[in-house]
Amino acid sequence: MTITPFDPGIGELPSPQPQAPNGWKRYFSFNTDAKVIGIQYIATALIFLLVGGLLAMIMRGELITPEADLVDRTVYNGLYTMHGTIMLFLFMFPVLNGLNNLLIPCMIGAPDMAFPRLNAAAFWLVPVFGVILMASFLVPGGPAASGWWSYPPVSLQNPLGHLINGEALWIVAVALSGVSSIMGALNFVTTILRMRAPGMTLFRMPIFCWTALSAQVIQLIGLPALTGGAVMLLFDLVVGTSFYRPEGGGDPVLYQHFFWFYSHPAVYVIILPVFGVFSELFPVYARKPLFGYKFVAAASLVIVGLSLVVWVHHMFPSGVPQWMRDLFMVTTMLIAVPTGIKVFAWLATLWGGKIRLNTPMLFALGGLFNFVFAGVTGIMLATVPVDIHVNNTYFVVGHFHYVIYGAATMGVYAAIYHWFPKFTGRMYYEGLGKLHFLLTFIGTNLNFFPMHPLGLMGMPRRVSSYDPEFAFWNVIASLGAFLLGVSIIPFLLNLVSSLVRGERAPANPWNAIGLEWLLPSPPPTENFEDHVPTVISGPYGYGTGLPLVENQEAYERSLQQV
Amino acid sequence: MIVTPASPEPTPGLQPSTGQISSHESHGGHANHTLTGFIIFLCSESVIFLAFFTGYAVLKLSALNWLPPGVEGLEWRTPLAYTAVLVSSSGTIAVAEWCLKRGRLWGFRAFWLLSMAMGSLFLYGQAIEWSGLGFGFTSGTFGGCFYLLTGFHGLHVATGVLLMGLMLIRSFLPGNYEGGEQGVVAASLFWHFVDVIWVLLFLLLYIWPA
Repeated sequence: MTITPFDPGIGELPSPQPQAPNGWKRYFSFNTDAKVIGIQYIATALIFLLVGGLLAMIMRGELITPEADLVDRTVYNGLYTMHGTIMLFLFMFPVLNGLNNLLIPCMIGAPDMAFPRLNAAAFWLVPVFGVILMASFLVPGGPAASGWWSYPPVSLQNPLGHLINGEALWIVAVALSGVSSIMGALNFVTTILRMRAPGMTLFRMPIFCWTALSAQVIQLIGLPALTGGAVMLLFDLVVGTSFYRPEGGGDPVLYQHFFWFYSHPAVYVIILPVFGVFSELFPVYARKPLFGYKFVAAASLVIVGLSLVVWVHHMFPSGVPQWMRDLFMVTTMLIAVPTGIKVFAWLATLWGGKIRLNTPMLFALGGLFNFVFAGVTGIMLATVPVDIHVNNTYFVVGHFHYVIYGAATMGVYAAIYHWFPKFTGRMYYEGLGKLHFLLTFIGTNLNFFPMHPLGLMGMPRRVSSYDPEFAFWNVIASLGAFLLGVSIIPFLLNLVSSLVRGERAPANPWNAIGLEWLLPSPPPTENFEDHVPTVISGPYGYGTGLPLVENQEAYERSLQQV
Repeated sequence: MIVTPASPEPTPGLQPSTGQISSHESHGGHANHTLTGFIIFLCSESVIFLAFFTGYAVLKLSALNWLPPGVEGLEWRTPLAYTAVLVSSSGTIAVAEWCLKRGRLWGFRAFWLLSMAMGSLFLYGQAIEWSGLGFGFTSGTFGGCFYLLTGFHGLHVATGVLLMGLMLIRSFLPGNYEGGEQGVVAASLFWHFVDVIWVLLFLLLYIWPA
């Protein structure tokens, strides 16, 4: 057929059709399509969320009584180590990379990622190191048991003397995870910098792309340091070098520097894209432009800069000099400035808007609420005297679970619900979604709030038995944990049943503005193919009446013909 | 319009861009992405060296007895000669690139091969040095740092030589290097990177007094 200049002709054939015979098989192949890879990432991550959640529930089952009566103490050490490692490296990073894969090319009007094969290779490393990490449950001596940060000299203990032990497998898995993340980061940064649609300047990008760019820059700067530190740890453990062995002249605190130089910024790798999700969702469901777009965008970059100079706040009690404590206390508190800019921008966006409380918006609001609470305790922890007082107690555990689960995971849920119709072509069930939100929000607060009083009372983390005076709050936390476990059921039920028999989704069910909403649901393999629209205005033009792209009516018309 | 097949194999960045993509100016063609991605990769890779350098400096500055018993220090004269070989190979690889730009394919191949040979000579020299040293990988933090740094760098030299070999083979594909070649530029960049790292490493390991 011929194409007139005003007929973008997109989406006449979403190829391959979701019902096509090769439809589901491509999710188990080395497919190079970013949208297939995105769904592969998210599905893999959700499987590991269940594994990590199961470990957490066993731990909370142990902690429901003061005595260590459910599992052996060494098993308990393995449980919290693997829970942390799985949740970060096999749930959080993969699920965010999945969102990146789905959203970035569509949002900037690119046909695919810059390096599609590298992208597929990066994904397939995830199941590989996932299997390696899971296999460590089966080796003699059990999995790594030195906590997710694997500090030497504890992590260098190998009492059974096997070459293949849980700790060695842990290091290999984490190093492979780093390789996978660097491959992904190269791809995302190159794609965002070089493959934007005509007219889409950096300051016309959706905030999600800004935050993804910032997060991936952190990956590129921070991960090599962790990889370097992990390589030295592996040599110490396997070959017998003494980089971190005090008896051989090594320095165990050096490892802590390497570890936290990456692993603190890793928190921003997680939370920045979630900030991006909040910034995308609030304007849609409040029907107002994002307040202070440029400041919100620039704040992401400020967070990147500051994130690289805050890591010592994890080491205040590790024998670091006083000047380091002072310096890193100040830099850590400074992080609250760009973060505060974002929070106030979201509040101003919501202020006076026509709020629509559907599932994604509820999750975004709940996530924001939890994030603000986590921010307050974060500032408390940044203060050296408070930090030393509550160091290694449940206060710290409560704080970062509010960030990682309360804010980040709820933000991820918000994103999954919001873009579910776009990338699957089906609507989810609103009732199940709201039930999922209710259970998650109550469960999160029930589970993680009691950890704060527990920490202030002095209950140490990583113990399987405790003084009976801590029992009250622990029982509540455990009930919250089981509620969180239950909350997954409506979520999975919703995903599966909507995929199978959900209502067909229109191209733009939320009446949202953005390039991804000018594509059919689900978008064709190469997105806009040869008909990439020219962007003529900034994002979030709600209520302004400005079109986003040239010939917008033509694009919308062609969507209605699908 | 033409509908793309169900699972298209997107052209990898190394192949020259087709007109289909270059119709969008801001996409810049796929070929340029390779170089952008490669430069970002090198920046990221330099952080891992930075981490090792920092670790080395911290361990060295805080050590009570830096050198293991019986070790006097490192002999620096022979390594200096090999350093000169490696550094000048950065020049020969630049000449090779210059030849390619002028379309002199045989000149490119000759200087490219010469650079590969110089890189291999450097690796040979390092192997000789390693075999003659009186300390091992597990001889305290000194031995650990020495073998970790030189070994990790040597791995990069070997990778560079392999990468250059690949480019050399590809230069025999008819018409492959007409209009420039991203892979050659990337391999050459990598080689310069390896050289700069070595100079820093040489200063830190051999010149910085114990």
